[in-house]
Amino acid sequence: MDKFRMMFQFLQANQESFMNGICGIMALASAQMYQVFEFSCPCMPEYNYTYGIGLLIVPPIWFFLLGFVLNNNVSVLAEEWKRPIGKRHKDPTILRYMFCSITQRSLIAPAVWVTVSLMDGKSFLCAFSINLDIERFGNYSVMNGLTETDKLKLLARIPCEMLFEHQEIRLAASRYIKCISQACGWMFLLMMTLSAFLIRAIRPCFSQATFLKTKYWSHYIDVERKMFDEACKDHAKSFAKVCIHQYFENISGEMQTLHHHRTTGKDDSDDGEEDKRSDEEKLMGIRAQDDMNKVLWNWHTCKPALALRKEQMEGENNGKLNGNAKGAANGLVNGHNHEVAKKEWAVYYSKV
Amino acid sequence: MDRLKLVLQYFQSNSESISNGICIILALVSVKVYTSFDFNCPCLPQYNKLYSLGVMIVPPIILFFLGVLVNRHTGVMIEERMRPIGNRSKNPAVVKYLFSAMIQRALLAPMVWILVTLLDGKIFICAFSVSVDPALFSGLPNNTGLDVIKIMAKVPCKEDSIFRNSSFRKAVSRYVRCYSQAVGWSILLFLIVLVAMGRLIKPYFDDHATSLQTRYWSNYLDVEQKLFEETCVLHARDFARKCVVQFFEDMREDAVLRLPQPLFLRNSREEWEDKEEERLHGVSKQEQVDQLLNKWYHSKPELDVTRMAHRPRTCVTWEDREGRTLYSDV
Repeated sequence: MDKFRMMFQFLQANQESFMNGICGIMALASAQMYQVFEFSCPCMPEYNYTYGIGLLIVPPIWFFLLGFVLNNNVSVLAEEWKRPIGKRHKDPTILRYMFCSITQRSLIAPAVWVTVSLMDGKSFLCAFSINLDIERFGNYSVMNGLTETDKLKLLARIPCEMLFEHQEIRLAASRYIKCISQACGWMFLLMMTLSAFLIRAIRPCFSQATFLKTKYWSHYIDVERKMFDEACKDHAKSFAKVCIHQYFENISGEMQTLHHHRTTGKDDSDDGEEDKRSDEEKLMGIRAQDDMNKVLWNWHTCKPALALRKEQMEGENNGKLNGNAKGAANGLVNGHNHEVAKKEWAVYYSKV
Repeated sequence: MDRLKLVLQYFQSNSESISNGICIILALVSVKVYTSFDFNCPCLPQYNKLYSLGVMIVPPIILFFLGVLVNRHTGVMIEERMRPIGNRSKNPAVVKYLFSAMIQRALLAPMVWILVTLLDGKIFICAFSVSVDPALFSGLPNNTGLDVIKIMAKVPCKEDSIFRNSSFRKAVSRYVRCYSQAVGWSILLFLIVLVAMGRLIKPYFDDHATSLQTRYWSNYLDVEQKLFEETCVLHARDFARKCVVQFFEDMREDAVLRLPQPLFLRNSREEWEDKEEERLHGVSKQEQVDQLLNKWYHSKPELDVTRMAHRPRTCVTWEDREGRTLYSDV
């Protein structure tokens, strides 16, 4: 249990490692599914090829689509693509980057299936046994005197152990095809590794600065979405609290106030006021249903510009300085960073 | 559990040991892949050698590229090589050190694969059974009507019927396996002698002081890149939070009077906001972030942190009317 918890914590440390974890799990699932799956070649000339190649291609497509489904970033990408421009312009490189990273992760499980299936060789044996030339395996007279269709039918039965009587031919043929299939598998693996190497090792040679930018902003979009959800949740909670509080106050107006005067002392009121104030703060001024609807609507149709107001921050700084100057003969140590040092210079002067 | 945590912590303590750990994991993966790979010799004279040499050579190439890919130092090295000079001069010795360290680590898994295949012997038997002189062994099956070459090519395949009642196959296999293991052990011995000689002789040719410097700066580059990424991540988070709060506040319909709040509340809110603003380091606009990231690549800052390390700290002293010190702090 502890091990699982540690692994979950490690994987959820950030979005990227979580997605890598899902990717790894899908790759393992793909290999496991191949082992569990019972491959049964139809051993008929018309269906062998379809079955063999179908089993080599259709499950990878399925895993690829599953990778898209399980990836959270797909909805982020779709949202960013479809949103109206509003105050924030769209950057196509970010969309491309997100799409590329989603695609790369989704390609791993299909690649594992294809590799394992090629190394095992059953698909190729099923698909290509009818194309074999028996002569190369030895001087066998099995095929003499057979018509073309009969020859094909005989060759098609090679993958099925029970249906083909001549064991040496079957063994020699399956060894031969398996050898070709494994060679194809290794070549496939080599090509995938080389292309991954080229993409990852050569890319920093070009456009590294743009890459840093797109990585930052695509991560930002993801984080912003999460922050918005959290802010909405907090807001909804505070909204509900204040709403209920007001409801109770309205319904039992005089009884509530009477009760309040008699029982609660001065020590409670401060905490109560603090809670109420922090809830009020969390509401950030949005106190009506229409206002909230407008917030949620505008979040999609007109996202805000990526520019935090400096005047707000500076205004608060000035306010703090004045507040402290008024407050304060009692040391005001709020931490030991240079911003506090700057403030204290001002205080020193203003005291003079 | 605790032991595992300790081991993980040890490996994550610096970038070199992470790379070593990954290198060892890749070597273990290589052994596991070899044992689970179903080696299937075609037992045909034209294809035996091709297949065996393919299986002995292609997987090491794949493992080598994988080793280069998963190594963090590859990215650091390429970035350091390709970046514009900017404020920080380039040190080619660091790039060379990173390159050689990366190549050495990437070569471990391929060597492990090659050694395991040689010590196991299947591949040699498949490749070279055709070259063995059958006269050295008795019991060659000569009633099948096949040529000698074809019979020798079938030696690696156990299930074949022509060898059913003779010990010829086993004798030839043992003979070839013996050669294969001899080659394997010789290569291993050669490699170990080479590495040992390299380590013993290196101090005579290398300037130890310079090598200490290159090691320090290559580790520094790695740590710097990691920290930059982490700082970007934290910055994005705080930027997003402030952006969202600002968005909510902008949607307000009625003007709200900001009444001065009591001091204690103000202070608690300010601390949180102080921390947030500190984390933003004054970068609060899209263009500023873009400029920051652009400059980080094109013109990395010089390696001089005297300004941050020795920030002048003012000391404020409160004195009463007679000049006695009441309170003093930085």
